[in-house]
Parts: sequence; structure tokens; C-alpha cells
Amino acid sequence: MLRACLRGANATARNNFGKTRLTNLQHCRHYTAGETSGGGAAKVVAAGLVTVGGGIGGTILYAKWDNKFRAAVENNVPYSDWLLGLALGPPSPKSGLPIKKQKELAQPPSMMDKQTNVSKAKSEKKVKEAAESPASEMSPVPIQPAQSIEEASAEATHIISAISEVTSVPAPCDTEGAAVKAVSASLEESLTSSAKATLQAIGAQEAALQAITRHTLKLKEAMEAEVPPQEKSAQWKDLEAALADRTGAVNDAETALSKANEALDSLKSVIDKSKGLKVSAVRPLVLAAEENLHNMVVDLDKVVTKVHSAESEAKIVSQYSELVNEAKQQFQREVSSLTPEIQANWKGLTGKLSSDDLNALIAHAHRRIDQLNRELAEQRVREQIHIDAALEQQKLEDQKALEKAVSTALQHIKEEARLEQERKLSELREVMEAEMRTQLRRQAAAHTDHVRDVLKVQEQELRVDAEQVLSSKMLEQETRYRQLSQEQLDNFTLDMNTAYARLKGMEEAIDSHVVAEEEARKAHQLWLSVEALNYTLKTANADIPTVPLEGAAQAVRDSCHDSDFALALSSALPEESLHRGVYSEASLRARFNSLRSLARRVALIDESHNSLYQYFLSYLQAALLFEEKQEAPPAQLCSEDLDPFKLLSYASYCLEHGDLELAAKLVNQLRGEARRVVEDWLTEARLTLETRQVVSLLSAYANAVGLGTTQAP
Amino acid sequence: MADEHGRKWDRCLADTAVKTVTGLGVGIMFSVLFFKRRTWPVSLGSGLGLGMGYANCQHDFRSPYLIHGRVVKDQ
Repeated sequence: MLRACLRGANATARNNFGKTRLTNLQHCRHYTAGETSGGGAAKVVAAGLVTVGGGIGGTILYAKWDNKFRAAVENNVPYSDWLLGLALGPPSPKSGLPIKKQKELAQPPSMMDKQTNVSKAKSEKKVKEAAESPASEMSPVPIQPAQSIEEASAEATHIISAISEVTSVPAPCDTEGAAVKAVSASLEESLTSSAKATLQAIGAQEAALQAITRHTLKLKEAMEAEVPPQEKSAQWKDLEAALADRTGAVNDAETALSKANEALDSLKSVIDKSKGLKVSAVRPLVLAAEENLHNMVVDLDKVVTKVHSAESEAKIVSQYSELVNEAKQQFQREVSSLTPEIQANWKGLTGKLSSDDLNALIAHAHRRIDQLNRELAEQRVREQIHIDAALEQQKLEDQKALEKAVSTALQHIKEEARLEQERKLSELREVMEAEMRTQLRRQAAAHTDHVRDVLKVQEQELRVDAEQVLSSKMLEQETRYRQLSQEQLDNFTLDMNTAYARLKGMEEAIDSHVVAEEEARKAHQLWLSVEALNYTLKTANADIPTVPLEGAAQAVRDSCHDSDFALALSSALPEESLHRGVYSEASLRARFNSLRSLARRVALIDESHNSLYQYFLSYLQAALLFEEKQEAPPAQLCSEDLDPFKLLSYASYCLEHGDLELAAKLVNQLRGEARRVVEDWLTEARLTLETRQVVSLLSAYANAVGLGTTQAP
Repeated sequence: MADEHGRKWDRCLADTAVKTVTGLGVGIMFSVLFFKRRTWPVSLGSGLGLGMGYANCQHDFRSPYLIHGRVVKDQ
């Protein structure tokens, strides 16, 4: 047993241990799984962090790009405005409608400023340039550059003002429309570009002009001045530099001029296009632009003419210088041809020449003088002709120039006149508009006054009418209201009365109902108790009487203590039935059958005949006499019917037919010993009959009462 | 009540039988003892017995009809 226990313990221990090992493994697995799960958890955490970081970064980037999104994020996510402010800086102003105008209004002034700055800077630059370029040679020719500077500055300011005008005009009319805006923008653009180009061209032309004049002066100097030979080469070098300058400047001027022309053409085309739009608000802009264009064209033309004149002068001077150079060279060649070893610089050769050379030279000189004298005489002769021809040429040229100038001046004047006209037209239109507006205003004022008066009068009338109508309606309403309220009151009293009457009726009905119900209940109860009593009569078995009727009778008595009849009846119950109960008819019948034979046997025995011999005789009689078992009793009994045998057969018949009462009556007619023998039975029968009668009476009474209490539908 | 008739008859018969037998017995006894075994005391006795029984029976059956009167003395 101990071994078995030990074995069992071992087994359980092993099992447990095994289980624990398993669980340990499981734990280990859990640990390892935990480790792996730890690694997995770290991965998950890392992934989560990455996702979150990516989300935040993406949000910030998108907020940077889209301000609405930024606003939405700031509204919905708390502390995001702090984060976004940290990351992106304060949010830029929203592009709403009220701010739009400000922005746009701010723009033209800024543009203006920009333009003015730009153009000012440009002009300053140009001016500086123009100032710088003559600054290198300021001393000889300060006036002309200054003049040109002034002119340039004047033109620059003119153009600047034009630009500023142009840019100032669109700003207030900004509300007109996109077309106007577009037009103004294009006009501005083209104006600025053309202004720039024109300025550039003018500057270039000025520079060219200056270069030309400088060159010319230098040339003149070089021609006329008597300077020592070493400076001469420097001078010539300067001259060459000046020439290079001039050519360069002239080229620049030409390119600038072409550019300016291009720009002006484009401006013209833009102006034409905008004119073609036929928008009324554009007209002042167009006008201003046209004026500016005209001014620029005029300036440009002026400068170009100046340059041309300078060029022509320079041409003359250069021609003269060329001639002089040519003559000098000719002379040099001649001299060198005569005396090859003599150098060009003949002025310092006094001690070097031989007498032959001198003679040759003098002869050559004489000859040259003769030739020159002859040429001079010829020239003097031809002078007039030449002069006339030159004059003619000059006239022609002058004519041409005049025509050209006239035509340009005419164009300019036409343009100016047209512009003036347009300006005047616009002014007039404005004036007319203003006047029209004042007139209309006056008219409107008059109209409003009139309307006011009329309205006042109408108001009065309407008020009177309305008040009348109101009063009549009010009266009507009052009367109707009073009527209605009276009616209502009457109706109400009527209803109240009827309701009260009905209430009373209902109360009475209910009371009577209650009473009737009480009666009904009592009748019901009586009936029930009577039924119970009736039922107790049925409890009689074969030979056992019924249960004592005391309880049921008491119940009946209880349930009818206000009905004397019932009380009397219930007290009429025979005592025997109350205490002992009664026999049923069936038992009586059965008893009677047995009694009958007995009664038959003692039929002859009475008070006087009661010896044993009589007994024997009566027995004999009973044995020998046969009568009907059952015979229907006649309606009336005669003396023969009083025979016991007959009576018994009648009684039997009655009993068989359920008429206990008649049977009892008939049995009551028995005399003598037979009677004594059936005395019991008779009393029992009487008892039963009595009880039954009482019960039937009670039930009839209960039924009657019940019927009486039921309500006919 | 009907049973009484039956009961009466029972009593009656029993009584008569008893009386007869008793009489018989007494008769026999007398006959044996005193009358040298003659039959006349037996028949006498039985007869006496029977008669007594019959008389009792009859009395018993008549008893309801018997009126017991009492002489009431005057004064």
C-alpha cells in the first residue's frame, strides 16, 4: 500500500513536474517569444515613429505650399500654429478681396517707385556716363556736355514723369475691369520698354554727338595748332583714339536708335490695339501713352538731327583735313622728289642743305608759287561759279533738309494737335459728364422733393382711410366678440345644467344599480345556498342518508336574513333532516320493496287479531294471495281499495313512477300491524317529502328573487 | 321497524326452542328421576316449554297493542 502510494505520488509528481517543465518551456518560449516579440515591438515602435514623423513633415511641407491648408490645420489642431510658425515662419497674408485691392494699390506705387528708381538710376547712370565721358575732356568743352547733360536729364525726367503718370493712372481706375487692367499693364510694359530704349538711344546719340564733336575739335586742333613735333604724334594718336571713340559711339548710337525705334513701333502697335478695344476707361491711358510716345519720338528726332548736323560738320572738317593732308603729302612728295634725302620736317633743316638743294628748292618753291598763283587766279575766276554751284547745291540740300524738317515738324505738330484735341475732347467730355451729373442730381433732388410731398399727402389720406376702416372693423369685432362671448356663456350654462342633470341621473342610476346589484348578489347568494342545500339532498347513497343539512340550512338562513319567507322556510326544515339527513327516494323505494312482503305477511294482524294463529293465517294468506305487483291507483279511493294488498300495489306503482307523496299517502292508509311495520318507512318518507318540499319552495323563491333582480335587456 | 318483526320472530323462536328443550330436559329429568322413565313428563315438559314459548311469542307480538291501564282511585 505504501509502495502503491509512493508510486502514485511519484506519478503525480512526475506529471506535475512534466507539466511544470512544459510550463517552463512555455515560459521560456514566452521569454524567447518575448525577446523576439521585444524585437518585433521595437520594430513596431520604430515603424510608428517613422510614420508619425513622415506625417508631420508632410503636413508642414504642404502647409508651406498651401496657405489655406495651413489655416485649416491651425484651426483644427491645437498648438499646430506654434509648430508651423516655428517651422515656416509667420503665415503670409491671406489673399482676400479687401486685401487684394490694397495689394494691387500697393503694387502700382511700388511699381512706380521701382520704375522711377530704375529709370532714375538709369538716367543717373546715363547722366553719370554722359558726365564721365566728357569729364575726361572736361576742360576744353564743358558747355556742350553740360547742355547735353541737362537735355538728357530733362528728357529723362520727362520720360520718368511720363512713366509715373502712366503708372499712376491705372491705379485709381483699377476697379474698372480686367480688360482695362490688361490694357494698362500692356501699355505700361511697352511704355517702360520703349522709354528705356529711347533713353538708351538718346544717351547713345548724345555720346555719339559728343564723340563726334570731340573728334572734330581734335581734328581742327590738329589741323590748325602749331605744336612741337613730339606732341604732334601724341595729338595724332589722341585723334585716332577719338576717331575710334567716335566710330564706336556712332555704332552704339545707331544700334540704340534702331532698338528705340523698334520699341516705339511696338508701343504704337499696342496703343493701336488698345484703341481698337474701344473701352472708354482706356482712353485716358491711351491718350497719355500716345503723348509719351510723341514726346519720345520728338526727343529722339531732335537728338538724331543734332547728331546728323554734328556729323555733317565733322564731315566738312574731315574733308578739309583730308584736303590739307593731301596737299601736305603732295608737297612732301614733291619736295622729296626734288631732294630725296631731305626729311619731312623741313622747318629745322636750315644748316643741312647745300646751295644746289637750296636753289632747287627755291626754284621749286618759285615754281610752286607760280603754280599756286595761277591756281588761285583760276580759282578766283571760278570762285563765283563754284560759289553759285555750291550755293545751288546748298539750296537744294537746304530745301531738302527744310522739307524734311518741315515734314517732321508738321508731323509733330499734327500729332501734337491731335493729342491736344483728344485731350481737350476728354476734358470736355469730363466737364460735360460732370455737368450732366449735376443736372441729373438737381433733377433727382427735385424729383425726390416732389415725390416726398406727394407721399406725404398720400400718407395723410391713407392714414385717415385706414383709421376709419380700422375703427369700423374694431367696432364690428367688439360687437361680434360680445355676442360670441354671451353665446358661449349661455351654451356653457346650458351644458353645465345638462351635465349636472345627467350627473344626477347617473348617480341615481348608479345607486339604484348598486342597490340592484346588492339585491342580485344576495339573491345569487341565496340561490347558491339553496342550490347547495339541494345538492346536499343528492348526497344520499343507497342506504346512507344525506349529510346533515344543518350547514346548508345555516348558509341559507345566513343568506336570507332579510327575507321572512325564506327564514320561515329555512326554519321549517324538520330537525331530523338537519341533524341526521334524509333518505333518498331510491333507498325508500328499495326499502319499500322489502317491506312490502312483510306488510303482506302481517296483513291480517291488527289490534284485535294478533294471536299467533292469526299470524299463521296471515302468512298463509300472503302465500296464497297474488295481486298485481303494481297497479295504478285510481283518482279516488273507495273502500275496496283500502285492502292492504291493493294499497301496497298502488304504492308500489306510485313509487315506481316516482310519486313518493302519493305512495306515502297510500301507505298511510294501512292499518294494524302492517301499518306498524311500515311506520318507519312512512316517517322517513314523510321527512324526505317535507325536506324536499321546503327545499323546492326555497329554490323557487330564490329563483323568483333572482329572476326578479335580473334586468331585462 | 320492519326489522323488529324479524327480530321478534327470532326471539320468539329461540325462546320457544329454548323453552321446549328446557321443558324437555326437565321432563326427561323428571321422567328419569321421578317418574321411572315414563314419557309423559317429557312430553309434559316439552309441551310446557312449547306452550310457554308460544305464549311468550304471542305476548311479544301483541305487546304493541296491549294497553296498560292503571286504576286511579278516587280521593
